[in-house]
Amino acid sequence: MGPAALLPLAVAIPLLGSALLAVTGRLLSRVGCDIVATAAATAEVVCLALLWTRGGHLATAELGGWPARVGIVLAADPIGAGLALLVAVLVLAVVVYSWRYFDEPRGQHAGVFPALILLFEAGMAGFALTGDLFNAFVFFELMGAAAYALTGYRIEDPRPLQGALAFGVVTSFAAYCSLLGIGLLYARTGELNLARLGRGLAGHPTDLLTVVGFVLIATALLVKAAAVPFHFWLPDAHAVAPTPVCMLMSGAMVELGAYGIGRVYWTVFSGPGGIPHGAFRTTFVTLGVLTALVGAVMCWQQRHLKRLLAFSTVSHVGLFLIGVALLTPDGATGTALYVAAHGCVKAALFALSGVLLDRYGSVDEHGLHGRARALRPVGLLFAAGALALTGLPPFGTGLGKALSEDAAGHWQPWLPAMFVAASAVTGAAVLRAGLRIFWGLGPVPRGRPGEEETSGEGEEPEIRSPRRTLPPTMVLVPAVLLALALALGCLPAVAGALARGAAAFTDPASYRAAVITGRSASSGAHEPAAGWTTAGVLLGLLSAGLATALAATAVRYGSQPPRWHPAARAVRTLRRLHSGHLGDYLAWLALGVAVLCAMLAAQT
Amino acid sequence: MTARTRLIMFLAAAAVIAGFFAAACSRLPPFGTPDHPYAARAVAAALAHRTANTVASVNFDIRAFDTLGEESILFGTVLGATLLLRRARDERHRRAEAERVMPTTRLFGTLLLPVTLVVGVYIVAHGQLSPGGGFQGGVVLATALHLAYVAADYRALKRLRPLTFLDVADSLAAASFTLVGLAGLVAGGAFLENVLPLGTFNQITSGGTVPVLNAAVGIEVASGLIALLAHFLDQAVELTDPDQHETGGD
Amino acid sequence: MGIWPYLAAGWVLLVALYGLVTSHNLIHAIGCLAVAQSSTYLLLLAVGYRRGGTAPVYSDLTPGTRPVVDPVVQALALTDVVVGATVTALLLALTIQLRKRHHTVDPQALTGLKG
Repeated sequence: MGPAALLPLAVAIPLLGSALLAVTGRLLSRVGCDIVATAAATAEVVCLALLWTRGGHLATAELGGWPARVGIVLAADPIGAGLALLVAVLVLAVVVYSWRYFDEPRGQHAGVFPALILLFEAGMAGFALTGDLFNAFVFFELMGAAAYALTGYRIEDPRPLQGALAFGVVTSFAAYCSLLGIGLLYARTGELNLARLGRGLAGHPTDLLTVVGFVLIATALLVKAAAVPFHFWLPDAHAVAPTPVCMLMSGAMVELGAYGIGRVYWTVFSGPGGIPHGAFRTTFVTLGVLTALVGAVMCWQQRHLKRLLAFSTVSHVGLFLIGVALLTPDGATGTALYVAAHGCVKAALFALSGVLLDRYGSVDEHGLHGRARALRPVGLLFAAGALALTGLPPFGTGLGKALSEDAAGHWQPWLPAMFVAASAVTGAAVLRAGLRIFWGLGPVPRGRPGEEETSGEGEEPEIRSPRRTLPPTMVLVPAVLLALALALGCLPAVAGALARGAAAFTDPASYRAAVITGRSASSGAHEPAAGWTTAGVLLGLLSAGLATALAATAVRYGSQPPRWHPAARAVRTLRRLHSGHLGDYLAWLALGVAVLCAMLAAQT
Repeated sequence: MTARTRLIMFLAAAAVIAGFFAAACSRLPPFGTPDHPYAARAVAAALAHRTANTVASVNFDIRAFDTLGEESILFGTVLGATLLLRRARDERHRRAEAERVMPTTRLFGTLLLPVTLVVGVYIVAHGQLSPGGGFQGGVVLATALHLAYVAADYRALKRLRPLTFLDVADSLAAASFTLVGLAGLVAGGAFLENVLPLGTFNQITSGGTVPVLNAAVGIEVASGLIALLAHFLDQAVELTDPDQHETGGD
Repeated sequence: MGIWPYLAAGWVLLVALYGLVTSHNLIHAIGCLAVAQSSTYLLLLAVGYRRGGTAPVYSDLTPGTRPVVDPVVQALALTDVVVGATVTALLLALTIQLRKRHHTVDPQALTGLKG
């Protein structure tokens, strides 16, 4: 099958799977539903794996037979197809993980949960593969609608409902901002196709219309990517969503935001009449650094395990934003690998905290202190995941981090320190929680009354038969995901393919030629090197070492500075800003949009 | 943040955004400009495919993939509402009560319901010719059924509303859009390609796959909307509050 | 008319955002979200307007005799309407359940998640 068939199939397979589940769910047994869902998820993995291996530099599919000047064209380079493949792999993992884990409603509601997961998958795949700006908005909304419903899944508990509402309102508002931006660009160019939009902008000088259009379009993507100060919804939604949904949201959905920014910038705004490279680089690296720092600090403060992992995702997305904003093929290569490996690792960590939730009905680091000693194998996996998160070689996260650091160091020599710090602190926080929960090390931390925090106790268990044995798939899936993250670092072929993809991703001229004329031109850009270097290995070991030392210190002496310390006061202020208040979140969003407009306008 | 800080922060940001947005608007082409490049291409493409309503052609032929995503959102919302508005573990079901309505209201509903149904079908069927189509007609169809609730009571609506059948119809209609797309892929070489005979311009059979997709969307919107409203109405009419019979609460 | 229709779209968006930021009722907030969305209809349709143009429907119009307004933005607006309606439905469903569990629809009274 050629790409003209594979590209639309990547959206059609999960859509058909979900419709099939919705029809047959009420007739089939639980096992039957699981078989249908697994079959659809497997078919999607096969389809995207074929696309990834056969697509070449850029595969296109003209939908309805209409060329780009009239219709919608799907376009996949190895980065976009690879991200869709990551989504498909994680969805398969989630479906298998949920086999015996998840307490699904029965009767007329049977099959609805996996059907929504598949719709979520269709939205993410469509977003990654589309070459049309308005179509990207539609798929953005599809993944949003599925995700809001899935986040609010546990209707007996008010917190998931609150998290889902914040998520839904903030994301939808940002999506409407994006649509306004699309309207502005359409008025200027009369185009919706990304490649043709880029060409259309070249006929006008860069002015405030370009800046405002770009910022408005970027708003939805930054909200999805949870960049500071657009990130507030993410910890709320992740802390409360069902574990399988967290695996998908943290592992792939959030990263799609960073991908979208890179894709839209390169195809539409990178040329004449767009946003100058310097302005974009400075602005978005600043945003990335801020996100990485805030995420890391907040991650360290958490005791709710899922919220802790959510802030670690915020921090890592900051690093991904830096990698994308460098605007070099090397930065894109490193980020692509980092995203893929991080997705596997983060999904594995969420899956393992799902085991704790299943066994003990809690994800609270303090409350679970020493209680999970019996689950040593799970603890070992958890520690391995924490170390992988720090970028320990030879995990793929380590290679991705090393490549990103190398690319970032070429622009600003201090940026690699940012990568080391963010990955060490977030990894240390996860390791700290693991050491306390699975090994019972150190004293039991005492809570401080009146502290602004979310504890992880009193969670609704996600399944209601506490005396059953642990389903083997719940441990097997995270183990396989960690093995995948390891393989990403050890197989040079994967990194090589992503490097070729990055060369195509950062080459708007060949993208334009392929989409507009339909001829696949080979990318003339140089292929970045994508192997381990001594410096990369050393920096990875440094992060892992720092994280271990930090975690050990925290477990031994407590993780918080004394209350009177100025740092503690600053951190308390930062925590208080995460108020759970919808109005605050939208006020921050407005501030973010205003600041971005001002920063970009000042530089153009 | 206090309400005051929040408001000040918002107003400052909003002033900046307003300034930038106004500046951007002043650089847009003037309102009512004759220059619409995409529109010109889309109209030509629609006429080439013998579809008189060019908006329908954009929705169901030229950019049919957008509509596939859009009706999947609707499908997902129906599934999501099914999930979110399910009966919680601590809620009880109660039978809706029969209600008294004025005879004139009842007569009005009885007369209007069939008329509305016919109008809905007409709007769906003529989507490729005149303003309207699957989305608009589907909403009219769903509204028609709810006249039973307005003119009689919830029990009457429930008798008219085979929910299981509608759920299945919703899913099948959603799937059929994708299947028409795949048929285009097999027969014409491109997903969602308009492979059916295009017919005679301005006749009800014109437009190739446009009327087929219109019908699929019409069925999906009508059944999906009825199912969606059913979940909301059940909440209001048929479920008791968890606190009314529970000991303790949360 | 100049740029007033475009400015109106921006105004509607900011008014909706004001409502969202200061809202004391989730139903009101979801209504504000719908208002925010109508700013996109306004902008899209304003962008597609053509002076002297008629509806882009050729069932009673010979092609080429009169200019028509942009059908593409109308199709986009239709897609947008459906998206908005469905998202509103989902958010209202969440609000119904929240009201049952939390006995309030005031977003400022929701304190389950913070820090």
